[in-house]
Amino acid sequence: MENISGSIKKKDHEAKINGSALYVDDHVMGGMLYGRLLHSAKAKARITKIILPELPEGYLIVDKNDVTGVNRVAIIIHDTPVYADDAVEYIGEPILMVVGPDNQVVEKILHKIVVVYEEQIPVLDMLTSDTVFFDYKYTKGDMDKALAEADRVFIETFQTGYQEQAYLETQGLIAYPQDGRMTVRGSMQCPYYVHSAVANAIGCEGKDVQIIQDVTGGGFGGKEAFPSILACQVAVAAKKANKPVKVIFNRREDMEFTSKRHPSLSTYKVAIKNGEITGMDIDVLFNSGAYTTLSAVVLQRGLICANGVYRIDNLRVGGRAVKTNTVPCGAYRGFGAPQTFFAVEMIMDHIAKEMGLDSLELKEKYMVKQGDSTSTSGKYHFHVPLPEMIQRIDELTDYRAKRKQYQQQIGRYRKGIGLSMFFHGCGFTGSGERDIIKAVAKIRKNPDNTVEILASNSDIGQGLKTTFCKIVADTLGISYDQVYIDNPDTDRVPDSGPTVASRSLMTVGGLLQRAAEKLKKEWQDGKEQVIEEHFVEPDFVIPFNLKNFSGDAYPTYSWSVNAIEVEVDTLTAMTKILGAWGIFDVGVPIDMNIVVGQMEGGFLQGIGYASMEQMDYNDKGIIRNNSFSDYIIPTAVDVPNLVAEMMNNPYTHGPYGAKGAGELPLVGAAPAYVEAMENALGANLNKVPFTPEDAMKILQGVNT
Amino acid sequence: MMINFILNDQKVASTAKANERLLDILRTEFACTGVKCGCKEGECGACSVILDGRLVNSCMVAMGHVEGCTVMTIEGYRKTERFAALDTSYASVSAVQCGFCMPGMVLASECILAKNPNPTEAEIREGISGNLCRCTGYNAIVQAISIAAKEGEGLW
Ligand code: FES
Ligand code: FES
Repeated sequence: MENISGSIKKKDHEAKINGSALYVDDHVMGGMLYGRLLHSAKAKARITKIILPELPEGYLIVDKNDVTGVNRVAIIIHDTPVYADDAVEYIGEPILMVVGPDNQVVEKILHKIVVVYEEQIPVLDMLTSDTVFFDYKYTKGDMDKALAEADRVFIETFQTGYQEQAYLETQGLIAYPQDGRMTVRGSMQCPYYVHSAVANAIGCEGKDVQIIQDVTGGGFGGKEAFPSILACQVAVAAKKANKPVKVIFNRREDMEFTSKRHPSLSTYKVAIKNGEITGMDIDVLFNSGAYTTLSAVVLQRGLICANGVYRIDNLRVGGRAVKTNTVPCGAYRGFGAPQTFFAVEMIMDHIAKEMGLDSLELKEKYMVKQGDSTSTSGKYHFHVPLPEMIQRIDELTDYRAKRKQYQQQIGRYRKGIGLSMFFHGCGFTGSGERDIIKAVAKIRKNPDNTVEILASNSDIGQGLKTTFCKIVADTLGISYDQVYIDNPDTDRVPDSGPTVASRSLMTVGGLLQRAAEKLKKEWQDGKEQVIEEHFVEPDFVIPFNLKNFSGDAYPTYSWSVNAIEVEVDTLTAMTKILGAWGIFDVGVPIDMNIVVGQMEGGFLQGIGYASMEQMDYNDKGIIRNNSFSDYIIPTAVDVPNLVAEMMNNPYTHGPYGAKGAGELPLVGAAPAYVEAMENALGANLNKVPFTPEDAMKILQGVNT
Repeated sequence: MMINFILNDQKVASTAKANERLLDILRTEFACTGVKCGCKEGECGACSVILDGRLVNSCMVAMGHVEGCTVMTIEGYRKTERFAALDTSYASVSAVQCGFCMPGMVLASECILAKNPNPTEAEIREGISGNLCRCTGYNAIVQAISIAAKEGEGLW
């Protein structure tokens, strides 16, 4: 293990464990008002009239007419209204906000408001959508030829559902005007995203807006774009009231009306000739919900990963993110990749069965290695450690032997084991880092020789405060206690880009390492010194072209192999997870405890996605699973034997050899779990979540 | 009518109505912001407090029930020697991630160990199964509790 991988006490340990850390709802400001949103009760309608009750003194209503800038939230495409215009596009769309000094009175007013809707027929099923938000296609080789020459074409469709981030702290922000400026603070991942959105909505210059991240109780992608929307609403309210306004979502509101993982349908046509896979023709459909938010980029990542870790010479990949009158989907750990990785791993498994092989045999035959070409005709520039990972998994689980053994089972309890192999492309898709983000980071040495890190990336639980400080302290050769970092405040930190895409440590951590190297050379005791570093694309990268999806979509990849073992009670369909093993390569771990914690947490989230996290809407478009009693996430007893091991595979261009980590562990859990269920049930399966209800259907089919 | 109870070893009196939630009163009237609200429906455990020696979800407790009771929140518990042992063990495995579940987890840890100073892994898992954590995958928390059980010999 490298020195830097040794674990130390986290910078934020103390305040969080003793309860003194202040999250947004813990802040109370003088004269502060409370806001609650009125959400649309219809999936698609024109608003013909809003009847307001008489308001007590000090209470006010905020709506589209109070938006002093543009009534659209700046995300990628500016289509999300700050407050609904005259129409609503999904159940939950914010129409107005009631604001006042007493939360309970605000609530009462909210219930007295009558909205008169002229209902229209909503589009709820993504297959019947008439609006395509994004449509991408790319090819490699000659797919038509591969299909024409095939002796056999496998066709199958795979389905994945919503996943709710279920961060424990719900969405919440406070906005307050001060000296002609607007400050917004609270729970978020990306302060500079919020910054431009607020300036655009209240119609002022960037210099008149300040965004401060408060201690944030988890994000997982759910606090990437959504806080920009809420911030615009709260800032407009604070401007109108000319007082601080706080909005904290309750759990049901958060589950029903904030973004979640895109449900998907992926159809794979796989050409086989002489027992060889000669091509994959892949069509992917994502349900975006009512507005575009981040769907363009989520879809891009999903498509780039569509052929998994396999060398497929002829490839045609197309996909659409379509509009429906349901809650807008957005970022979630893995960002489009869990959907397509599920599909490709399952189709490989099903093809293997047809060929009389175990899926691992087939997968091993096609998996890529260093120097191979990627789906987008880029290159895997670095070592691909899949063979060592498979070997390690087999040592840990006895996968190969068990897999065979479980094929012939009788009796009430039946076991199964499944395996997945996958990657996560580190950082922004394509040339986003170079062309759009252009990250800047700073470090400042104070006269007392302490060093402050100035970056816009937020510690949302992934340990960034600690790992950033370790990199800087270690590079400077000074004590870790001498280096500190506060939560980002856009008045104080440069724009080092958002906390997303497994980029913070690899990309911004790299800038900090460079800055620290420079400071070390120029160090002057007792003087204040500031060093600034700007992003430079590594020179080995083959430039990415988004038009035809060609080049390196990512500079490098994190790799992993997962295995999951289950036991199914064939009488009740209840399933126990006997073990879950993950081998992860995230380059050099900057602090082993932190990385293992990330892997374990992400892996368990993935197992939840695979097995129990069921969310759907009814025929009116209302999300039915809107509480922790309806939407079940794993507890401490669900996967008692969960093992995460790290494989040290340094990335030459990352700080201390580190690369992207946060998203990887979620990506491969679903195919490993569902393959295990197949092994136990002796059937081909094609959906996640795969719940006990689904298992019961299969069992009843088998038994009758 | 005042509601009298003992909060973190001090006698206090609240003007709250009998049907208000203990969670809200602790946070607003007594500034115990270490008690977190994750769901207000008794499902997540972020609002855990120790009431007369038992771990309860304070969002599910009406103030009327609290008359004459003893309530311990993280604000009181953090002054104890037992907390210090848990603090050290949680730190040694870096169990804290976003931290939102942590005050509740720490109080759950205390209740597990107070009942059984040498719990098995399964007992620990059972003991924290009413407290959701979306970040950690629970392994580090389970480990932290068993380290505290070993290292804090005699404390529980
Ligand atoms: S807030 Fe009380 S259990 Fe969730
Ligand atoms: S540390 Fe985030 S919920 Fe437990």
